[in-house]
Amino acid sequence: MVKVAIWGSLRSATDGKAEVVVEAGNFKQLLDQLVIEYPGLEPQIKRGVSLALDGKIYRDAWFTKINEDSEVVLMPYMVGG
Amino acid sequence: MALDENGKRIFKVVGTRPARPDGIDKVTGRAMYGADATAPGMLFGQFLRSPHAHAKIKSIDTSAAEALSGVKAVITSKDFGTPEDESVRDVQDNCMAGDKVLYDGHAVAAVAATSAAIAKQALKLIKVDYEVLPHVTDVDAAMQADAPIVQAGRAMDDLPAGMSENVTYHFEFGHGDLEAGFAKADKIVERSFKTAATHQGYIEPHACLAAMNSDGKGELWCCTQGQFYVRELCADIMEMDASQLRVTASEIGGGFGGKTTVFIEPVALALSRKSGRPVKVVMSREEVFRASGPTVSSSTDVKIGMTNDGRITAAHATLRYQGGAFPCGTVQFGAQSAFAAYDLDAVQTIGWSAMTNRPKEAAYRAPGAPMAIYAVESVVDELCQELALDPLEVRLKNAADKGTKSSYGPTFDAIGLKATLEAAVAHPHYAAPLGPNQGRGLSCGFWFNFGGNTSVSMNLNFDGTVGITEGNPDIGGSRASISQMAAEELGIGYEKVRTIVADTNSIGHNDVTDGSRVTFAVGLATIKAARDAIQKMCARVAKIWDIDEDAVYWEDGYAKPSGPNAGTFEPMSLEEIAAISAETGGPIAGHHEVNADGAGVSFGVHLVDIEVDPETGATTVLRYTVFQDAGKAIHPDYVEGQMQGGAVQGIGWALNEEYIYGEDGRLQNPGLLDYRIPVASDLPNIDTVILEIPNPGHPYGVRGVGETPIVPPLAAISNAVSRATGLRLSELPMSPPRVLKALNAKG
Repeated sequence: MVKVAIWGSLRSATDGKAEVVVEAGNFKQLLDQLVIEYPGLEPQIKRGVSLALDGKIYRDAWFTKINEDSEVVLMPYMVGG
Repeated sequence: MALDENGKRIFKVVGTRPARPDGIDKVTGRAMYGADATAPGMLFGQFLRSPHAHAKIKSIDTSAAEALSGVKAVITSKDFGTPEDESVRDVQDNCMAGDKVLYDGHAVAAVAATSAAIAKQALKLIKVDYEVLPHVTDVDAAMQADAPIVQAGRAMDDLPAGMSENVTYHFEFGHGDLEAGFAKADKIVERSFKTAATHQGYIEPHACLAAMNSDGKGELWCCTQGQFYVRELCADIMEMDASQLRVTASEIGGGFGGKTTVFIEPVALALSRKSGRPVKVVMSREEVFRASGPTVSSSTDVKIGMTNDGRITAAHATLRYQGGAFPCGTVQFGAQSAFAAYDLDAVQTIGWSAMTNRPKEAAYRAPGAPMAIYAVESVVDELCQELALDPLEVRLKNAADKGTKSSYGPTFDAIGLKATLEAAVAHPHYAAPLGPNQGRGLSCGFWFNFGGNTSVSMNLNFDGTVGITEGNPDIGGSRASISQMAAEELGIGYEKVRTIVADTNSIGHNDVTDGSRVTFAVGLATIKAARDAIQKMCARVAKIWDIDEDAVYWEDGYAKPSGPNAGTFEPMSLEEIAAISAETGGPIAGHHEVNADGAGVSFGVHLVDIEVDPETGATTVLRYTVFQDAGKAIHPDYVEGQMQGGAVQGIGWALNEEYIYGEDGRLQNPGLLDYRIPVASDLPNIDTVILEIPNPGHPYGVRGVGETPIVPPLAAISNAVSRATGLRLSELPMSPPRVLKALNAKG
């Protein structure tokens, strides 16, 4: 099981929870599981999200392995200028 | 790809300052920019643009224009389809208005003719019947429930009661108990700030040459930060396969984020398809201002609590950004970055985004961060003034560090903020005396940085030189830094390597040159490509020596036997291996394709001295020093150039630059005389101090450097003005009339 931190404005889709726990071994499984368990997150996940794993930010990295004790933070998709 | 274990390696090429490979072409005028391309039979494309901020298009009559001799094609939105993807639809609608014009300058039609003069004449013959609608250009006004609706049906889900349909996004970040945090504070300051929309101010206007052939294949030459993204957008809009559209990026005369999308390219392609001829389009400076993509403008409320000894106990910010006439998510980056420099137990940021009747926002260095951090750093500075605390010591006391839970969620790995603050404390600038009407200000800055999709090819030539093909337009010296990293890894001289930027059909996909990603991600892919080539060279040498491949290793540009058991052989140089590559199995190449992660966030601190003329309100920048963690600086000249360029653009944003709209919703200053960017005579030399805290996510420790330096100047200068005048201005730019008005009000 992996703990995932959810940013504030998405918490309406997680029953107000700032952190949710899902069964996942990598980012793809995590995103799929989030959509199944919290369908309200789907529009944002479809628009794009980044994931921070132990402080390192990833975009589109489905097969990145997640350990049970990893810090996982859902973040908006990063862009730059 | 992690930092090499031998992180303390002594570099031979990396860290040196070779001459820039594009220098001669640029100073002699030989460099080929967007407007420099021509083709046989080429037509000239021009746009008809809306004179209204908001209006319904009742009809467009193009018949007279089409009848004019020399006119080969006239197009309107009816010549385009309806892309499935909403964001692509927005791009298309921004390039050519549908049933409504959404801002002053919005394109309504375009003409291709045999000369620019005929095209211009034809535009005058197009009759557009408008029904003018109420408009809104201010973000706070646009969020009110009774505001004119810019686009119906685009409001965010769960729109709160009392807000306009113009509100499209809402973001919240933070952690901890704000109420408890503020209760611990000895002093709380709460202020509101506004910043104007600014333009990236690139010198080269948007330009392209498009050629659609009758067989459905297309060629597009354009100035862009990302030829692959241009291809993606244009292929979607033109309803063609990506493989059939080849996009070549020209040399680029500045982008800074403003050339990460398209404004004219799909229209030029559509004109070419309709006319059967190549079509060239070059925006005028006025068009660049009215119809390309400036920054958001912002309105922000900040509340921070602090103890008497300078510890921040709680922090809150509400940010409201407008990004023009289409949904724009940039506020999320402001909301995430606002308090990133601080280690806080209780912090919350709330971001709202609203549509207005202005041009569609485009990225500008660290999009969304400068205006958020301006507001936060202004309040931190005011608290320091109120509590008589040293502003650098307060920032050091509260600085984020390795292990800090950031205000946007993740826990920081190794970061360089404290090192930059300590460098500023120790620098002579901080202790230098100041004269009358002078003040010193400072601010922290932050940007995320990222990597992204990257493809690099490396080819060994028979003469022992090396060609590198990559796919990111060089906006900040990347061809030099890529060549340096290749030379370093291969163990050969910099002059033996040449790096070129390829078109979309000559290399695999590369994301846009943005996010300070290129030196990090393309550098990483180049190092991996070099290691791939080295492995192949060692295999060839193993065959020559008739020993196992793993008995050969690479050192300082030579393949060598790994030890006495491998046998005694004279090391072979890259040049020797390349010279006989035809005989040993054919050409040797290395390549690498990756979606790179681990870019590592970046922090900077800026220190500035200014003088305010009490009679005119004009602010002169006297001295400026930039401190920034660059990870490993590959080519220090370019790193310093990024730091200086960002500082100068931030100075312009702080003091003079702004989009000014009239009551009629029309842009009042679409030109460089009335939109005043800083020129050399306005500026002192910008001093730089590069800190090199290696990024653990890159083999050489590289971090992106291009965006962070535009973040601190806004607050640094505002804080300096405050200390010079005793006034806390809350709106940018601090142009002379605005400062003078505040001085007169103070008396």
